[in-house]
Amino acid sequence: MSERLLEIRNLKVTFGGLDALSGLDFHADEGEIVSVIGPNGAGKTTFFNLISGLVAPTEGEILFEGDSIVGLDPSIVTSLGIARTFQNVRLFPNMTILENVMVAQHCRTSQLVFGALMQTKAFKQEEREIRERAEEVLGFFGHRLVGYRMDQPAFALSYANRRRLEIARAMATQPRLLLLDEPVAGMNPMETAELTALIGRLRTEWGFTIIMIEHDMKVVRDVSDRVVVLDHGVPIAQGSYDEVSTNPDVVEAYLGRPVEAKR
Amino acid sequence: MPTHALSTKTARRLAAVDRFLTFIRVFLVALIVVGLLAFIWQQFDADNPFARWRNPGARSLTGDQFKGLLISGLSQGSMYGLIALGYSMVYGVLGFINFAHGEVFMVGAMTGFIASDKFHANGMWESNFLFCLALIIVMAIFFSTFIAVVMERVAYRPLRNSPRLIPLITSIGVSFFIQNFVLGLFGPSSKSYPQLPEWLSKQRSILTFEIAGTRLLVLVVAAASMVGLWYVVERTKTGKAMRAVAEDKEIAALMGIDVNRTIVTTFAVGGAMAGVGGILWGLMFRGVTHMTGFLPGVKAFTAAVVGGIGNLGGAMAGGISLGSAESIAPMVILEPLGVPGVSQLKDAVAFTVLVLVLLFKPSGLFGERLSSEDRA
Amino acid sequence: MNLRTASLPASPVDQDWRHVARWGLICGLVLVGLCLVGMPVELDRRTIIERYLSLGYVFVLIVPIIMGYVSATLVRLEGVENRRQGAFDLVTGFVVGLIGGGLLSLLMVALDSWNLRDPLVNWSPKLLRFLTYENGMGFGAMAWLSTCAVLGLIGASLHVVPALVRRSVSFTVLGLLFLSILEGAIDDLLEGFGLESLADWVYAKKGGLTLTSTIVVGLVIGVVSLVTRGRVKAATTRYRDMEGAERQKASMLLFVVVAALCVVLPIFLGKIMNELLANVGIFLLLALGLNIVVGLAGLLDLGYVAFFAVGGYTTAVLTSPNSPWFAPELHFGVTLVFVVLLAALTGLLIGAPVIRMRGDYLAIVTLGFGEIIRLLFMSDWLGPYFGGAQGITNIPGVDLGFATVKGTDPRSVFYLVLVFCAIAIYTSWRLQASRLGRAWMAIREDEQVAEAMGINTVNAKLMAFVVGAVLASFSGAVLAAKVGSVFPTSFMILVSIIILVVVIVGGMGNIAGVMVGSFVLIGVLGGPKQPGLLQEFQNFKLLIYGILLVFMMLKRPEGLVPSARRTRELHQEEFLQDAWLKGDKLDSDDEDDSGAEFSAAPVSVSGGDEGGEEE
Repeated sequence: MSERLLEIRNLKVTFGGLDALSGLDFHADEGEIVSVIGPNGAGKTTFFNLISGLVAPTEGEILFEGDSIVGLDPSIVTSLGIARTFQNVRLFPNMTILENVMVAQHCRTSQLVFGALMQTKAFKQEEREIRERAEEVLGFFGHRLVGYRMDQPAFALSYANRRRLEIARAMATQPRLLLLDEPVAGMNPMETAELTALIGRLRTEWGFTIIMIEHDMKVVRDVSDRVVVLDHGVPIAQGSYDEVSTNPDVVEAYLGRPVEAKR
Repeated sequence: MPTHALSTKTARRLAAVDRFLTFIRVFLVALIVVGLLAFIWQQFDADNPFARWRNPGARSLTGDQFKGLLISGLSQGSMYGLIALGYSMVYGVLGFINFAHGEVFMVGAMTGFIASDKFHANGMWESNFLFCLALIIVMAIFFSTFIAVVMERVAYRPLRNSPRLIPLITSIGVSFFIQNFVLGLFGPSSKSYPQLPEWLSKQRSILTFEIAGTRLLVLVVAAASMVGLWYVVERTKTGKAMRAVAEDKEIAALMGIDVNRTIVTTFAVGGAMAGVGGILWGLMFRGVTHMTGFLPGVKAFTAAVVGGIGNLGGAMAGGISLGSAESIAPMVILEPLGVPGVSQLKDAVAFTVLVLVLLFKPSGLFGERLSSEDRA
Repeated sequence: MNLRTASLPASPVDQDWRHVARWGLICGLVLVGLCLVGMPVELDRRTIIERYLSLGYVFVLIVPIIMGYVSATLVRLEGVENRRQGAFDLVTGFVVGLIGGGLLSLLMVALDSWNLRDPLVNWSPKLLRFLTYENGMGFGAMAWLSTCAVLGLIGASLHVVPALVRRSVSFTVLGLLFLSILEGAIDDLLEGFGLESLADWVYAKKGGLTLTSTIVVGLVIGVVSLVTRGRVKAATTRYRDMEGAERQKASMLLFVVVAALCVVLPIFLGKIMNELLANVGIFLLLALGLNIVVGLAGLLDLGYVAFFAVGGYTTAVLTSPNSPWFAPELHFGVTLVFVVLLAALTGLLIGAPVIRMRGDYLAIVTLGFGEIIRLLFMSDWLGPYFGGAQGITNIPGVDLGFATVKGTDPRSVFYLVLVFCAIAIYTSWRLQASRLGRAWMAIREDEQVAEAMGINTVNAKLMAFVVGAVLASFSGAVLAAKVGSVFPTSFMILVSIIILVVVIVGGMGNIAGVMVGSFVLIGVLGGPKQPGLLQEFQNFKLLIYGILLVFMMLKRPEGLVPSARRTRELHQEEFLQDAWLKGDKLDSDDEDDSGAEFSAAPVSVSGGDEGGEEE
């Protein structure tokens, strides 16, 4: 039996008296695509922040590949194999596309000042590899992010391309677990469909395990193995998309309880 | 700007850097404790073995000497506090350190010098002292406020939306400019205030404290200014607007507050306080040059941080603490440890406090009051 | 702004008289301020054109021109048809100048009537003589009123005249000015080449250009500027547009030329010029180091002078026989090893605690550290080790076997500094294009995201500190060897700030910019203690540095010679707006780039602005 890639038990975090997450149990197995959905304010991005180490939990365990990652620096968490994208795209705006993806490989490379100054063979070799890997990752998105575009600053990109670059950057850190925070937000139907297919390929071709926060139910349905619903910091349902979408608690969380008809 | 979720303290593991910091912390606490113990021991027995090893020829500090140190620390500290108010207010409202605030203080001191010199020349200083004093205070306030407001309008307003470092660098330029402009206008020689009349400056005995009249004046005026400021900030509409703008500029604007005018008022009030501080400094130390603003400026900023930046009461408290520490620490901690020439190191003490506070307790003793966007 | 009356200015009559009055007042106050600070009188000592024009007058006369130019500018509203500059602008310039001249005349009258010598130090008969041009008050008043008014007019007209005229006039004026200001260097150079007669013809005996040379050279420059119009612009545009390998080759060529000049010129220059160059070199080295810390890694280190001090004092202690406590009298080369080690250590000690602080606190803490170190070096407590306020003297020069580098031979010092500068330039260049350089860029852009991308920000920032510290310590070592002694007063915060000014004015993060900045500022105006080419500025250089810093931050934070990247960073909004206006396609989502949807909203430097929800 394969060990769970990510195991979370009783995760709790409080911000100034408010329980953003209370007693969350969660797991992700290798190769799965798990979607986390829920109404606004449910604690989904906080959940990602906890896993990636940007926020410290008040209570609970987060085990990645069997080891606890609570309290680790975000850069260490990334080097252990967890990468994420941000809900409001946070690229390095003045760096070129290529540089954005090259710098993401920082934790997988090691050359320091000496190599750079002496232009050692190892240094040049590593730079070559970094560049190749970056182009490979960018190539995943077709010809949108390659060619002449690679040397353009990131702020000049269109919205959809920025979202793609965000994902490419996360891919470049060579993770095992990829956290995608609303990957298709703001995209038109054509772009959404394209990206949905790409997410599937991320699992099959690149072998990532994916946890995805999404609001677009079509994407959730098309791509997830499993869906977890959060509301007010607590999981209220889990299962396949069909199970979850017909669950009355879930419907109530999104739409509220029907008002009694006035007589 | 980071979203709220990311601005809470990031989780981190103890890295080598953190271990190093803990080491420094422990080392300093040990140093202070040892110094204090040595001091106390020295008080009881000036010839004790530790003193003979580290500080031969030591004499224990008499009560009067100690009280004298305390008083000088308090009076100096209250001047730091007055200057610190300006730093604190500007940081609270605009989120950057106005490096040039020390120069605002210096301008006040200079104005006081020029005015008092003229009064002295035609004899009014001696004959009508209180009137002259009031007048030079008013003039100092006027010019300091003027400089502060012009500074804001010319150098800082265009940079309202820039990343924080840019106004800081600009303020360094402004500080440089004012220092050297004053140097150019008035020359490099030290300007001295005329002598204070005897009835004011003589030693007085209050509650067993021997205190020079000038120091008493400083304490009284500083306290009065604080009260005035408190009244303005807490009880008037302008003060309320200032507090609102410090909290959140955008929402304040949506509430109908004229943000620009409030910011100008903030600068003006801070400048006025610094101007008063300048006069007091001039009366106390009687010498002013174009560089007078630099050191007290940095120390006042330290005081502002010690008290909690953005926190006005804290700024004054921080000033007094810093003044006392600066005055007492060399004699009480450093000398028993055998450090020669401690009076030279007074400034080093202040800078060390600055570094330590920013390292270990940047939110200050009384907590900072900043808008959420300026925090972290 | 009253909503009812806010409207786009459509006709000249809308121009506000208050605007004119305000600028006139500013013009006048600047002029009076200049006079009272003592600049014109002091600068009068340097002649620009023999018998007719001195630098003092130039400085005064430039003010109405600038004020006229600025006051006649209207904000050009994007997308709105430009209001044609017309007669009213000229009137504005004229009146602004007139008011300025008027205030100056009032100053003259005041100078004559009252004595404000105490407190205003420059309130002197000398100033009066300067203002009246030695010809009496009436003449003076008329002269100033008319001259300033006309100059204001000229300034305003710079908007209106055809570009060609503007170009040739400004080239001529600036060219002549440079020729005159650089007299010391050019004279020296010509002498070095054996062309004294040419020098004698160009420059008058008592300094300044001769009248004949002014006219002749002026004409030549004017003609040249007319002839080469467009060519220079084309060349620079071509250079800027070059990408990748081609650009690298061009930059390399440029660099080799500059390097060759640096090596060859000192041979032809005399002692004083070489001394100047050596000074420039020492500060250039410091600036290159600070450039890495501030420009590449984005850490505002105001206590940078501390590393300078460590380098200097280490060298002093290890090489000087007068070192009070421990005088091993090592050779400079061996000392250098220790200098590097100690500097790196200091860099780590100072860097480690400050690494996690927010930017402005980091600035102040490093300032504190810088001062603490200086106070320690100056204290009596550490006097037995470092000489206290008296410092350490009798530091020997550098014995290289085939030559000795010592202060009495500034050319050798310059070459030594050049070697270190080359190392510094090479380091910056290589690091920028490396993994570490990219990490620094990412940290500068968005530190939290950089962390999330796996970059160990603590280590990266520490590396920046260490590299900067080592470079500064090299500079300190050279200074020690050059001057032969070290004193705590050489290491005041003033140095850090001046280096910061050089880096910012030159161009942050950009090696060429820093070089230009050093030569222009330190070379012409002078360093913290050392005079530059124009010794008259000794008392005013700090004032100018202050104004320059403020001006650059307000108008051109990317510096004089900006790196393309930095300009983009600082003017992101304008860049995008321009592209939108010009109809450039920046990027679209369509496969075939049919240029439809444009949605590039400016991304704020420290995070996205597509409002994220709280979850």
